Amino acid sequence: MTERSFGTAVLQPLVRQKELSILIATVAVAIYFSATTHGFNSSDNYLTIVHYLAPWAIVAAGEVMLLICGEIDLSTGFMFTLSPFIVMSFYNGGTPLILALLLALVVCAAIGALNGFITTRFGIASFIVTLGSSFLLEGISLLMSNGAPVSAPSSGWVVSVFGKAHWSELLWVLGIVVVMQILLSATRFGVSTQATGGNPVGAAEAGIRVNLVKIVNFSIASLLAGLGGIIDGLRLGSFDPTNGGPNTMFLAVAAAVIGGTALLGGRGTVVGALLGALLLGIVFDGFSLAGVSANTFDVVLGIAIVVAMLLNVYLGYLRKRVSRA
Amino acid sequence: MTSDTDEVIRAEHISKKFGPVEALRDINLHVRKGEILGLIGDNGAGKSTLIKILTGFHQPDSGRLLFEGKESRLKSVIHARSLGIETVFQDLALVPDLPVYLNLHLNKELVHRPLPFLRRAEMKRQARKSLDRIGINIPSVTAEVGALSGGQRQAIAVARSVHSDAKLLLLDEPLAAMGAKEGGQILQLLDRLKQQGDLAIILIAHNYSQVVDVCDRVNLLQHGEITFDKPSKDTSVEELLALVHAEYRLPRTSEG
Repeated sequence: MTERSFGTAVLQPLVRQKELSILIATVAVAIYFSATTHGFNSSDNYLTIVHYLAPWAIVAAGEVMLLICGEIDLSTGFMFTLSPFIVMSFYNGGTPLILALLLALVVCAAIGALNGFITTRFGIASFIVTLGSSFLLEGISLLMSNGAPVSAPSSGWVVSVFGKAHWSELLWVLGIVVVMQILLSATRFGVSTQATGGNPVGAAEAGIRVNLVKIVNFSIASLLAGLGGIIDGLRLGSFDPTNGGPNTMFLAVAAAVIGGTALLGGRGTVVGALLGALLLGIVFDGFSLAGVSANTFDVVLGIAIVVAMLLNVYLGYLRKRVSRA
Repeated sequence: MTSDTDEVIRAEHISKKFGPVEALRDINLHVRKGEILGLIGDNGAGKSTLIKILTGFHQPDSGRLLFEGKESRLKSVIHARSLGIETVFQDLALVPDLPVYLNLHLNKELVHRPLPFLRRAEMKRQARKSLDRIGINIPSVTAEVGALSGGQRQAIAVARSVHSDAKLLLLDEPLAAMGAKEGGQILQLLDRLKQQGDLAIILIAHNYSQVVDVCDRVNLLQHGEITFDKPSKDTSVEELLALVHAEYRLPRTSEG
């Protein structure tokens, strides 16, 4: 057996899991829309697709880690909503924008850690804890914004880097996905995260600090959701308390599930979630180009999630057959 | 043949109470390298408490533990493990979604320096070596544990303990819920580990014929006390059964 390259280690989950099938589905859908709709193949439209998928993919990158370790964060959508207003409260107080932004991300990570702490320390289901923090964060967003959009800072390198420059959003998405995938599949923390979701008792018996693993993942998910909200807001030039919310969170979870993440923990990949988000983005974009209503998109999304889950179960069954043989 | 320097663990006058309940009373026990001690006793006799004291989970109220001849206070499970005391749990601390080699290295993964990325190839190589050394036959170390049979999983769990340089291995009912063939394979594995001579093993089991077959010595725990300590060759399944069940016999039978 030869020493396998680092690249292979990162690519290995691609081959073993179902990313290939989701990639094929994505390419097929892209081909369909480019053949049937006018204007699909233009760089403007590609940019539009990126605008659709970026929030889902960024939030999903953190949500995947949580799902793998057996938890979920329903409040990431409102973390996405709230984070720009945290930036503004620092910025309006005279803090330089870059510092305000970093401080806001620290606050986001701390809120995530608090979600994780309450979940693990008191043994309350994260579904419930983050349902509560969801409403809490929504309320704080509305209070801080007085329920109305505010204009975002619109000049300077920080604004350009964090979303305003063309394609900077895409670079953020790709950067985050690469970093998170490496964290998941090439570090001890990634293995601990999978072990925590796959067999919490066993992981603890092996000495893994499962609660800490979960808290860190809650923190990462919140931080990424907050970062996603800031990037999206700076790109739009406006911080809007109706941006984000449960829709963003549910689409991120949908992207993760379509990309092969098990809702009960143990397995999943960040790259898969990106492909899931890309597929959803292309369908969403293709439908609006074709003049199909958003309601139809929801119908397709619903079917896609269930089909993806069925495929997951079937592929899991095949995998077992193959490794037994 | 074996000197006292081969003694891996010795418990002297260990007692433990939980509130008013006396779980263990004046326990004396010892195991040597290359020896398998069978620990039997009815449910509630104190086996679990004793195991938890030997693995650092509980601290005894009185008495002392000598590990490799030196008095040791086992402060925690992690402390005990750092000394080389490993337990194979009934509930199998393996992660079904991870491949065999990552399970063998669980929480002890090898990483590169300075960038802490996993050394997968090296872990696979070491896993294969570990499994070969103790004669465990698994088609591939990259197979997910969830896809293996119960016996293979139990063997992997034992291999993991050995792999981490254990000096004392505690097995809590390793043969429960296992077929005769698979159970036999695990017993053969324990026998091979014994022959290699580096490990002291404490085996808790309900199946007395297996205990007599594979263990060098048998201790019987009753109501928190060790009431019986004999080499396996000097006892029999019948004697052990008679001892364990004596206290539950109807008065007439026991008088007779």
